[in-house]
Amino acid sequence: MKHIINCLVENQPGVLARIVGLISGRGYNIETLNVGPTEDPTVSKMTIVVPGDAHVIAQVTHQLSKQVDVIEVVDMTNRRHLDRELLLVRVATQNHHARAEIVDLAALFMARVVAVQEESVTIQMVGNQETVADFLRLLRPYTIIDISRTGVIAVGREAVERPAKR
Amino acid sequence: MKANTATDKATDSVPTLKTGAQCVIDGLVKAGCEVLFGYPGGAVLDIFNALYDAPFQFVLARHEQGAVHMADGYARATGKPGCCLVTSGPGATNTVTGLATACMDGIPLVCVCGQVALNMIGNDAFQEADVIGITRPVTKHNFLVRDVDELPDIIARAFYIATTGKPGPVVIDLPKNIQKQKTASVPPETVTMRAYHPDVPVNPPEIAQFAELINHASRPLLYVGGGVIAGNASDELAALAHTANIPVCTTLMGLGAFPEDDPLALRMVGMHGSVAANYAVDHCDLLISAGARFDDRVTGKVSAFASKAKIVHIDIDRSSIGKSVRTDLGVQGYLVPVLQAVLPFVKPAEHTEWLEQVNRWKERFPFVYPAPEGVLMPQFVIEQIYAVSKGRAVITTDVGQNQMWATQFYRYTRPRTFISSGGLGTMGFGLPASIGVQFGRKGEPVVCITGDGGVQMNFQELVVAVEHRLPIVVVILNNGYLGMVRQWQELFYSKRYSGVMLSQHGRLPNEHVEDAPAYLPDFVKMAEAHGARTCRVTNPGEVAAALSEAFAHPATWVIECIVSPEANVYPMIPPGQHVAEMINRTV
Repeated sequence: MKHIINCLVENQPGVLARIVGLISGRGYNIETLNVGPTEDPTVSKMTIVVPGDAHVIAQVTHQLSKQVDVIEVVDMTNRRHLDRELLLVRVATQNHHARAEIVDLAALFMARVVAVQEESVTIQMVGNQETVADFLRLLRPYTIIDISRTGVIAVGREAVERPAKR
Repeated sequence: MKANTATDKATDSVPTLKTGAQCVIDGLVKAGCEVLFGYPGGAVLDIFNALYDAPFQFVLARHEQGAVHMADGYARATGKPGCCLVTSGPGATNTVTGLATACMDGIPLVCVCGQVALNMIGNDAFQEADVIGITRPVTKHNFLVRDVDELPDIIARAFYIATTGKPGPVVIDLPKNIQKQKTASVPPETVTMRAYHPDVPVNPPEIAQFAELINHASRPLLYVGGGVIAGNASDELAALAHTANIPVCTTLMGLGAFPEDDPLALRMVGMHGSVAANYAVDHCDLLISAGARFDDRVTGKVSAFASKAKIVHIDIDRSSIGKSVRTDLGVQGYLVPVLQAVLPFVKPAEHTEWLEQVNRWKERFPFVYPAPEGVLMPQFVIEQIYAVSKGRAVITTDVGQNQMWATQFYRYTRPRTFISSGGLGTMGFGLPASIGVQFGRKGEPVVCITGDGGVQMNFQELVVAVEHRLPIVVVILNNGYLGMVRQWQELFYSKRYSGVMLSQHGRLPNEHVEDAPAYLPDFVKMAEAHGARTCRVTNPGEVAAALSEAFAHPATWVIECIVSPEANVYPMIPPGQHVAEMINRTV
């Protein structure tokens, strides 16, 4: 099962490499990873999606918590949370029928056409991992020219009772 | 930008300003450094210049790996952090094995590495290496210093991180230009870090549950690791064991945490541990792990390990709890407060039946070995070291058969008297570590038990022992083989001895060298060339006399013992297997 792990870290050079090295060095896979600033400029937030069973995820969170630069680790998966991913996808439009179909499909997913070229459209979509996967599945009959995904970010919907590390 | 700042600072004549290099020396002094092990080079010239006036001793190793093992040995023997100083590039990369050794065993070290100037980093400069990247997985933490104003704080933090929580090595990567720059910064009085809180308060409900488990157990067993030694918790551990009559087995790292002459001692557990300790693990109904981490060399087949027992795991490192084996109760915390908290709730118990059972195993299965008439057995040499030193020596070992025999045939009764690379299993550790031990515990007898393979990995450090007149007795168990690998090839690879023969004798065609000397080196000549006192022992009758001579004349000694070439370490539980699969060909 995929787990979404949110990690507050010191905004210092080398911290990203440390976190990534720790997870990969133990043979665990990182599916997506997103790093961004927080309201405190000295703190960054990482959202890491790691596939694995409960044992693997417990090890990952404990090992992360142990790091000197890691302020807080929260496994979002088992608590109420919102998660979203931003997708930019450019799809070939051989004719105006295809273009219309793709635009309709985008509308169904509340995705936006952000650029139109002679032979392609670029669509921006925001959704959780499942919705993004569904959308991409439905786009499969068409020719996807390019795709960029941000990876998942997540935010809790209520106060964290007891984070793995205070 | 930095260069300009440096020039500005250099022209500043305020007398309270200190160079980065001086900050390093002052930081070491403040941390209580008595001895610094290291090796100079271009990128640390400024620090060596400041070292000229330092109030502590500097020991010049002959290889940076040796320097780190010395600092490590010092730390293991004293409980204080070991300190080392090396240059950039190859100096720093040579420390990696030493750092990894300390990291696996949780040994507090601070290693300062020179680095090329900040503006040269990433430029493939002369003697540049990405030391932060290289050492990240083998240290508890590392710092690249980017601003001289941060340096006093970083040094204080490095020692704080190295010595608290589960201890470990910390690297400070210090660019050359920062060593020259001046700063008015002073070290902090106390270190506080937002994201690092090693103190874990005792959790009363956990303690109550722990006491409950102890009081309800009929066959309890303490399984004790290096954490008891690191946490100085031997007294509390003994109190718990004696209050409820709980037998105690130790890991390799835990040897000495509980006196092996105590009636409750079952000695070492695991692959080459005692039969009694392994049977006790298999039969106990409560396994209390104190500062141990269920290494695969202890557990063997994890699913069958302590299968009849509830498992309590006390560890300061949360990530160790439940990592390898199922745990019924995890207690995170330092051992002293945890054990002190639980003791008042522990009811005195006799466990007569259980102790009788355990004692029967102890009596029936002591460590023994075949001793053909006139053959010098390696186990006999260890027994003689124990007898002649009256059990008062600090023992260091290399890795392999020599290490395992040292656990089996010497008895450890005090913490910090068995110094060995446990987790990483680093050959070449013993000799430099014994030098560090001597600097920490001047005048105590130190014996380095090593093999003809391992000793050659850091033999160059012998001169350090000799020139400092350190009373270290290096006992080389010379069997002409890389013995433990040979033992595995004998047992699990149909005696197809490949790459394990240190002599030409019996080598296969693809390893044999025509007209080469049968066996090299001559350890006695080698020891002489290094200035050590030395002798060679070839039969059992000479061992005690040779050792007595060495103990009577404190000096650096190398005693080469030509031992039975194919002696094996038994008992042995094959890797990944259950105690039922134990091989014990000596009974």
